[in-house]
Amino acid sequence: MSLVNFTTREITCKIVYYGPGRSGKTTNLHYIYGRVPETRRGRMVSLATQTDRTLFFDFLPIDLGQISGFATRFQLYTVPGQVYYNATRRLVLQGADGVVFVGDSQARQLDENIESLQNLQSNLLEHGVDVRTMPLVMQYNKQDLPRELILTQAELDDALNFRSVPSFAADALHGKGVFETLKGISELVLKKLAAGSPAA
Amino acid sequence: MTSTLNPRFTFETFVVGAANRLAVTAGRTVAENPGSAYNPLFIYSGSGLGKTHVLMAIGHAAKAIAAQLNIEYLTLDEYVEAFHAAIAAGQGDAFRRRFQNVDVLLVDDVQFLTNRKEMQAELLRLTEALQQAGHQIVLASDRPPAEIADLDERLISRFSGGLVVDMGIPDYETRVAILRRKADERGSAFQPGVLETVAKVEYPNVRELMGALNRLIAFQAVNDTPINDEAARKVLGIPTAASPAGATPAAAAPTAASPDEFSQFLTDVTVTVGKAVEAWRARVAEAVLRWEGEGYRTGRLEKLLDQETPAAVDEAIAAYVQDVERLRALETEVATLDPQAAGEKVFRDPDRMQEAEAAAAKVRDGAAPPPAPSAAFPLESYVPGPSNDVGLNAARDVIGKPGKKYNPLVLVGRSGLGKTHLLNAIGLELAKKKNAVVACLSTQAFVDELIAAIDGNRVDWWRARYKRATALLLDDIQLLAGKERTQEELFNLFNQFLDADKQLVFTAPAHPNTLEGLEERIVSRLEGGLVAEIGEPDKELRRSVLDKLLVTHRIPAEPALLDYLADRPIESVRNLTGLVQRVVDAAAAQDAPVSAGLARDVLEGAPPAGTRRTTGLRTSGIVVSSAGGVRSREKMVWDWPQASDRVIEDLR
Repeated sequence: MSLVNFTTREITCKIVYYGPGRSGKTTNLHYIYGRVPETRRGRMVSLATQTDRTLFFDFLPIDLGQISGFATRFQLYTVPGQVYYNATRRLVLQGADGVVFVGDSQARQLDENIESLQNLQSNLLEHGVDVRTMPLVMQYNKQDLPRELILTQAELDDALNFRSVPSFAADALHGKGVFETLKGISELVLKKLAAGSPAA
Repeated sequence: MTSTLNPRFTFETFVVGAANRLAVTAGRTVAENPGSAYNPLFIYSGSGLGKTHVLMAIGHAAKAIAAQLNIEYLTLDEYVEAFHAAIAAGQGDAFRRRFQNVDVLLVDDVQFLTNRKEMQAELLRLTEALQQAGHQIVLASDRPPAEIADLDERLISRFSGGLVVDMGIPDYETRVAILRRKADERGSAFQPGVLETVAKVEYPNVRELMGALNRLIAFQAVNDTPINDEAARKVLGIPTAASPAGATPAAAAPTAASPDEFSQFLTDVTVTVGKAVEAWRARVAEAVLRWEGEGYRTGRLEKLLDQETPAAVDEAIAAYVQDVERLRALETEVATLDPQAAGEKVFRDPDRMQEAEAAAAKVRDGAAPPPAPSAAFPLESYVPGPSNDVGLNAARDVIGKPGKKYNPLVLVGRSGLGKTHLLNAIGLELAKKKNAVVACLSTQAFVDELIAAIDGNRVDWWRARYKRATALLLDDIQLLAGKERTQEELFNLFNQFLDADKQLVFTAPAHPNTLEGLEERIVSRLEGGLVAEIGEPDKELRRSVLDKLLVTHRIPAEPALLDYLADRPIESVRNLTGLVQRVVDAAAAQDAPVSAGLARDVLEGAPPAGTRRTTGLRTSGIVVSSAGGVRSREKMVWDWPQASDRVIEDLR
């Protein structure tokens, strides 16, 4: 994991958007892509099928420029949400500096959310990473749907966020909460790099 | 199963610009003459530049020309799905027949063929079948065939066999045209200059350009007033006219006017990073990683990091760097003297400076420079004459431009003609130059040194010693004969010297290509420079040499004596020296002054007892010493002794 490279003065953060299928991970990336000036973003690699379901992963590099003398780069990845793509998910998760869990706020999707969260935990363990040490934020997407179909942020926090990590209500399609989420995970990731001794 | 053609995607609604003209022209041609013009036609471009539009437009145009044509458009995924479904239903053959009857097959997103071997085989079969039947196939992808990972070679060649065209990002004019047409289609009108402003932004594809237009249309619909240039900039987050579009400065000060989410995010991250990376820690950690990466011990710096707020961090880093620089210098110096010693760990630990200095001093003491030229052979005492002027001139050139003019210089001549003198003289002159290290020795000594080095397991050191030299001068190169290892080492040195324009000078008794026991690669290198022959001393040269010899023996140079001695048949300067010595010895024995008469008695009469006669004295002058060899008849005639000498010899 090359989080901070003091030699080349680079900070590279790999942030993975994780969550069940169709929860809006790719939509998050598309929204961010649309807001980042052209000069700052790389080519967005999107391997999606005709129905916009992620086959492998989406990849969006963002160059934040020089921050405190460090060339700062973010690499945003999504994973394919469908259950049967677990090998791919594990691969994408490798070397992640932070994870955004994009949950689907619809009440009927709660089980999928829980299953995906458990899957995240076990996949991180496979990489020898304790989920408690991994910077993580929750995003409850599709909050724009009719009230009767969805759970509120508080309800979802109760159901999913037992580690009390920062959580954000979002409507990725229209951009609400997207940058707040990105900011939340960035702060966690950068704080972790400050705590960890770079020479270690 | 297959997608229907989108009625909006026709050639009429496609805005043609320089970047896509070729693709559109090819598409129209294919639509007019399916299967005969470009088959297959392969269109590739980045996302959102109109591949699908052109593909469907081909379908529409072909249908418009010949309504009976069977036209199918589908994406590769759909093709895969259809294939799998057909296989599952046990109708693989029906599936193939169905596609083989298509007159114009339009396949989108072909890049997804990656890692799908069975689909590639299927598509290959289909392409072949369609081509044979004269049916058209058009493919679209986001990259050229050769760049689709894991694509079968046969498919690549098949795809490339028709026409491969790309579609680029539309230029400014095309973008304006696209915007105008799309705005028109939507029934929106903009103030002059608004669409031009949007077109100035280099969106990577038309889809995003459309997105921008959509935002403007929406904005204008909400606000009753028509949008103007400045408002359009605000809506789209385009920097104001002062800074050119598309070149936002790296600082990216958040524009107060528009709540730009990205700028806001950037500001937040900047604050976080600033907090995260304490400046001094960053500097120390940077130094640690840098020097650790270069192989130096960094314990001293790591101790700094353990402290909460160390004083004078920069001074500590600077002192460390200074020590590292010193270590580097020492290591470099040691490496030239003894490469083995340079690898020692002590040169990588700035906390053991004294030990490093001591180790370097030890190596310095042990490293003798290579043997230098002998001071007994200065250039001034080398007597010039017609017989050696080629060699002497070459030597002067070499001294003037070492390594540049004649490299190597090989001085060829028989024993005793002054090759060694000239070699050492060149060495002495070269050694006068700044920073010059001249290695000048006999080949025998060179061989012996190498043997000693091999014996002492210090070949590296031995090599390094010669590599340091700026010139290498070896006497009697013929002695290398049969010494394979020395030839090997010399060969390597030879190449290094030639590459570095360092001068090489050798002496040999005969032309290098006549020397036996020398490897071809050495011989060819010796021949590659200048081979200068030094001839037998001519009369003029002999007189000059005699003059000098008589002066050194404090004998008055009487013309009769000089003439007599100079006319003696001799082969070399060395013989001449021997001649004079004999006369001087005889004179001393008889206690008589040296004169022409005495000389004649000594040299032609019975030799005084105890004086050994030099071999060759009795020879005719054309018999050659064993070391050399006369190779040409011409040379023999050329070197014929004076007539008087010959008569004397003949008389005996």
